[in-house]
Parts: sequence; C-alpha cells; structure tokens
Amino acid sequence: MAVDYSALKKGGFMRQKQKNTFSLRLAVVGGTLKAEQIKKIYEVAEKYGQGYVHLTSRQSVEIPFIKLEDIEEVKIELEKGGVKPGVCGPRVRTVTACQGNTICPSGNIDSTKIAEGLNDRYFARELPHKFKFGVTGCQNNCLKAEENDVGIKGALDVHWNKDQCILCGVCVKACRLGALKMEDNKILFDESKCNYCGRCEKSCPTSAWEGENAYIVSFGGLFGNTINKGESFLPLIKSEAQLYHITDTAIQFFDDFGNAGERFHFTIDRIGRDKFKKAIEEAYNGGF
Amino acid sequence: MADFKIDETIDITDVVCPITFVKAKVALEELEDGQIISIRMNDGEPVQNVPRSIKEEGHQILKLIDNQDNTYSLIVKKVED
Repeated sequence: MAVDYSALKKGGFMRQKQKNTFSLRLAVVGGTLKAEQIKKIYEVAEKYGQGYVHLTSRQSVEIPFIKLEDIEEVKIELEKGGVKPGVCGPRVRTVTACQGNTICPSGNIDSTKIAEGLNDRYFARELPHKFKFGVTGCQNNCLKAEENDVGIKGALDVHWNKDQCILCGVCVKACRLGALKMEDNKILFDESKCNYCGRCEKSCPTSAWEGENAYIVSFGGLFGNTINKGESFLPLIKSEAQLYHITDTAIQFFDDFGNAGERFHFTIDRIGRDKFKKAIEEAYNGGF
Repeated sequence: MADFKIDETIDITDVVCPITFVKAKVALEELEDGQIISIRMNDGEPVQNVPRSIKEEGHQILKLIDNQDNTYSLIVKKVED
C-alpha cells in the first residue's frame, strides 16, 4: 500500500531521511507541557524512538525515529498521557507564547491564556500556506512577535493619578523612551513617545500609575527563506473580544485571498496593503 | 521636598547589574523594619531597574534624588515581610 505522506505530515509525522522513519511532532501550546505528558513522551521516546526528543524552534517537541509500522500504536499510547500529535504543512501551526504576567514580572498580559484561546480557535485550520501565531507578554519581546504571520504583544494602557503620586521621580527614570517628565509637582506624559511597556506602572511605589491590559498586533511577519518584520498599524487593542475579532478577520483575509503556497505577507502585498488595512481597521472599530 | 532621617547609606555605583541590586538587597537586610537607607546608583540601567526590583521585594520607596553628577540617590524605607 502506498504511504500517504501528506496525511502523515498533516498528523505531525515528519518524514526523515531514513526510509519509513518519522519524527513525530507533538501538539504543544505556548511551550507548556504537564509533568504527566512529559512522562508519556519519555516512555514513547524510549520504546518507539531512540530514547531522545528534539525541541523545535517553535516550542514543540518531536520524537524522532518512529517507525512507519508503529505509528498507530504510538498515537494510541500518547493519547493515554494526554499528548496529541502536532501538525505540519499548510495550516495553522503551533502557537508560541512566553509565560506572561502570571509568572513574569515584566508581563503585561496572560500570554498562556491568549495562546490557548488562539489554539482553540484556529489550530490546524487549513489555509493556503503555513500560518504562525506568536504571543509575547511585553516589549522585551522574548517570543519575537513580529516574526509571526500574526504576532501579539502585551501592552499596558497607562494613566497617571495625581492623588496617589508622591513625586518620587522613579517612573521618569524607569521610562526608557523619555515619555515622562516631572515639572511643577506634576508628571507630564507624552503618549506619542510611549510604547506601552508598562515600566512606569511596574516601578511606581504607590498606585499613581494604573494600567490596563492591552494588545499590539503585527501582521505578515516571516523569518524563513524570506525575512519580513510583521507590521503593526492599529492603536492599542483593549479587550480579548476585540483581539479575536481582529485575528478572525486577518486569518479570513488569508483564507479568502491567499494563493496556495503563498505566505500571508505576500498575499497582503499582492492584494494591497490598503485593502488589508481597511479590513483590519473595520474589525478594530466594531462588531465585537 | 520632604526630609528623611537617613539611617544608612550605601553606594552601588562601583558595581554592575545584577550585583547592583544584590548589594542593595544585602544592605536592606541589615536594617531594622522602618529604617531608611539612601542608595547611590548610576544613571542609565541601574536607575531604570533597581528601584523597581526594590519595590518588588516589598520595600517602600520614598524618593529618587538627582545628585546632578550622573548618579541618583534612592531613599527607601525597609519593610519586613
């Protein structure tokens, strides 16, 4: 019987150089695995692989050297430990994420939760070409938002409350962009210089700075054969509902207009940046 | 500007990150609850980051004073856990 390689690839089995041998990519969301899953991965790598795993560039795990004849058994075995195969090919890939504000002092958003939200909505969705989402919690950009087809970056929408301020001056120096000045017992905030990193709020010893979670989204990033930095053109996105409305619109634009084998960046270029911006701006402004 | 009764002073301009914060943290540990320390630090990365780290340790920041010589003095009140 002929081997259906594209079906195997879709199911996360990557053909190796060695005949009838596959490196099995696993489904991992935002780089998080439970101890129970790791235990099962260990068992499968020992029994069906060569006793090791490979960590992929996108926070996934692959188990190399799975034999063709073991594939069905391996799937059943992994399922027992709550481990599912990942995907490859022209569809939505592993969603990457940092640990976000539940763990990291710099985080502005719950990156894990957003990654899970994106994964639930889109994982493995069939598209003209591969499609990558990445979620990073803040301007430090550990997860390199702009290298993804759609990148999400955590931001803090900050406001100064005079009543709480002791005019200590810490925020003025904590800001790396010179957006803050202290004059006449007031903090002057130049929002045009602000990148919403949240350092003022995080360094404030009182509660004079308040911040609300927000999102900055970039579109059309690539970091393979061609390199392109994803472009951000929207104002701050202030709710999850608004965020998902925008990501829905972006992915649908690619689904509607992308040619087979064409990455999102090139679809936007070919169809027209203005048309894409208009669709995204409409999503930003309403309907969520 | 309010006056503070400074109980202790420390200079961390002679070290770089992450020793800046470590040196400040050690000095804070030597203090009694409620005592006030003045921590002298360099402009740039130390003054951008050290105040926040001290806040995250739970101490109370009172003032950041510009010494006009590319150093700053951070006035901190020790808060015991």
